[in-house]
Amino acid sequence: MKRILGSTVLSLVISALIIATVFAQDSIPSDDEVNAIAKNLFCPVCPNTPLDMCPTLACKAWREDIRNMLAEGKSEAQIRQSFMDYYGPRVLSEPPRTGFYWLTYAVPPIIIAAAAFMLFRALKTWKRSSLMEADLDEDDALTSDDEYITRMEEELKKRN
Amino acid sequence: MLADLGFAIIVITFVLALYSAIIAILGERKKSPILVESARRAQLLTFPLLTLAAAILIYQLINNKFDVSFVYEVTSRSMPTYLKITAWWGGQAGSLLFWSWLLSAFTSIVTLRNWDRDREFLPWVIVVSSVTLAFFLSLNVFFENPFARFYQTIDGVSAYTFKPAGGVPIIPDEGQGLNPLLRHPGMIIHPPLLYLGYVSFVIPFAFAIAALVTGRTDDRWARITRRWTLWAWMFLSLGLVLGARWAYDVLGWGGYWGWDPVEIAAFMPWLTGTAFLHSVMIQEKRGMLKHWNMILIMLTYALVIFGTFLTRSGVLSSVHAFAQSAIGPMFFGFIGMTFIVSIALLIWRWPELKSETEMKSMFSRDAFFLFNNLLFLSVLVVSFWGVIFPLVSELFTGQKITVGPPFYERANAPIFGTMMALMGIAPLTAWGKSTALTLGRALWKPTIPALFIPVWAYLSGYTNWVALIGFFLVAFVISVTLYDTIRSAHARQRAHKEKFTTSLLRLASRNRRRYGGYLIHISMMLMAIGILGIELFQTETQGTISKGQSLQLGRYTINYNDVASWDVPEKGVNHTRAVVDIYKDNKYIGQLYPRIDYYFDSNQTMTIPALRSTLQDDLYILLVDWEPVSASGATFKIFHNPLVNWLWIGSLALIASMLFTAWPDKDPSLRPVRARKHAVQPGAAD
Repeated sequence: MKRILGSTVLSLVISALIIATVFAQDSIPSDDEVNAIAKNLFCPVCPNTPLDMCPTLACKAWREDIRNMLAEGKSEAQIRQSFMDYYGPRVLSEPPRTGFYWLTYAVPPIIIAAAAFMLFRALKTWKRSSLMEADLDEDDALTSDDEYITRMEEELKKRN
Repeated sequence: MLADLGFAIIVITFVLALYSAIIAILGERKKSPILVESARRAQLLTFPLLTLAAAILIYQLINNKFDVSFVYEVTSRSMPTYLKITAWWGGQAGSLLFWSWLLSAFTSIVTLRNWDRDREFLPWVIVVSSVTLAFFLSLNVFFENPFARFYQTIDGVSAYTFKPAGGVPIIPDEGQGLNPLLRHPGMIIHPPLLYLGYVSFVIPFAFAIAALVTGRTDDRWARITRRWTLWAWMFLSLGLVLGARWAYDVLGWGGYWGWDPVEIAAFMPWLTGTAFLHSVMIQEKRGMLKHWNMILIMLTYALVIFGTFLTRSGVLSSVHAFAQSAIGPMFFGFIGMTFIVSIALLIWRWPELKSETEMKSMFSRDAFFLFNNLLFLSVLVVSFWGVIFPLVSELFTGQKITVGPPFYERANAPIFGTMMALMGIAPLTAWGKSTALTLGRALWKPTIPALFIPVWAYLSGYTNWVALIGFFLVAFVISVTLYDTIRSAHARQRAHKEKFTTSLLRLASRNRRRYGGYLIHISMMLMAIGILGIELFQTETQGTISKGQSLQLGRYTINYNDVASWDVPEKGVNHTRAVVDIYKDNKYIGQLYPRIDYYFDSNQTMTIPALRSTLQDDLYILLVDWEPVSASGATFKIFHNPLVNWLWIGSLALIASMLFTAWPDKDPSLRPVRARKHAVQPGAAD
């Protein structure tokens, strides 16, 4: 009886280990899952190279780090934060939206808006001055017409 | 001995360029035609001299003179002769000499022209071009001598221009060889085209400065340089397109444009150059925007030098920074000096550059061209800021940061969209006066067929709203362009009683600028289809599989069939090539051969993608080079790039369109005439 119980327990333990191993193997994140995160991180040492494309051994090791973190259940945000904490903000594909780095996002729209404002003001000024010119032309025309008519009437009166 | 001769020629040319600039100024100030002629001849002499220096360098490259450090760095015995020749621009010192050689050639062409009508420009054109030439030659003379040789001293082996005391000449048996990335056909032609574009822009800038100095404030300088500008723009565009194709074929990221700082460096003068090409038309036709055109050409020149500075100084770390040296401060100083002098001249002449007419309507073509300029400059602002912000950050926080593609794509996408909308609307506007009502009347007909395209795209499964807007804008631009062209051809057909095709051809050939511009717009739209496809619908997968196993991506299945590896000793390379079977919807469609090339001389690898290209899509397969490759396991990365080939088709169309536009008219009377003060009705020829 003891032997039967012992072998049953042993079988159960071995089965559990096999199942655990299989599940562990299934939970290894795929290359695509790793690359989806590595794509938005830049190699901390190679210039301007996304981590998913970098051929160096160091980057290969960092991709494995991502795989391990994914296997541990970490989210993309946590992995990105972990890389940033360790290697600094240059590993992110764009600067973080904090403090000084806000300038990255704020400066271009301010300059473009200022340029657009200046352009519209210039256009309005040009338009107004061309309208004024047209008005002046009309006034000149009226004045000269008036003078002409006045003189013509005077001449006619003289002849009459 | 030959190397010493080469260096001596560069020094003599440098002195001649300085002489030419100084004597031209003196000649102008003393009103001495003899001095100006002397300056002109000195300038003309620079080209044969630099050609001789270049010939000596090429001789050294071809004949494996590895005692010359430049030859050692960029060639090896196993390289074919054509690659040894093109290695001239494959390294720092050689490419600077190449720049100077092109500039001397272009300046000589300008100097040899008939100057009877524009004699007052001549001295100042010589001054600007000679100063620029002297600057680039000074880099070769003082920092990057392409003829420096190796000597062994007590400090070790180094390259020296002159033999150091106690130095023993060293002749290495073999060179390092050209960077494998630069051995691609696209990369052989890409740098010369970019440089042609860069250098050509020096000429319109020289004329603009000449106009400011002489006070000749009409549009003569712009008219003289119109074709130069167009060719410069064409070369720069070709350089960018070839660079994109090179990246697609060689860099193995599955894309064509990575918003790398050096790519942006070439893109920035293209942006200001394109804005200038549009706004200079307003100056020619309406006598307006004289200040603005000066600013644009000055910016373009500054960005040309800045682009070379970024590429050559290594100031920004990037995949292009093959060559890094200590020439940065020189470049920076030169950009600053030329920019300050240009702005000072502009301020001096500001009152004389007043517009001859005023903008009359927000809906006129003049106004739309200005909006277009605003958009081009907006992209420039985003791009420039993105490139320099890492430096600003490092300067103020000590922290280096990356400004990568997401920043540029998010900021520029709406601007490009608006630009496309303007590209559609502007052809139907009139110079001078126009109202919203007349514009609306002109627009509704071509808009209706354009609306069918996004509907059709939606029904075909493209449900991304950004893509639908993009497809509408592409269709809108093409529809408006065709509508306006057909309408004008019909008008001519009625007036001249000729066949429609004859009318169309005559109309286009007699208004190359307008209809060439239209062709360029259509080409750009074809390119936009490719860009929308790859940017919005690209998918990818990666996996390690054994022989006989397969990977799936969308409707495609790739099956790993075989692998082979072999050396090609005469080329100094080892190829590792996989054979993969391709299935689409489980139907066999062929085999592809992604491979990895390993170059013995430079100890570098290249991943060469295998491509299956159709009008519908590209299947792009890479053999991942950082994983082991064998029959038992190889890692493949596969990209599915929908519509990407429209980018290359559009590029070819762009080349043809640019040639059509820039081709000289046979009959001078057919050249566009100034139509200032005459408002042209929509659809009427320029």
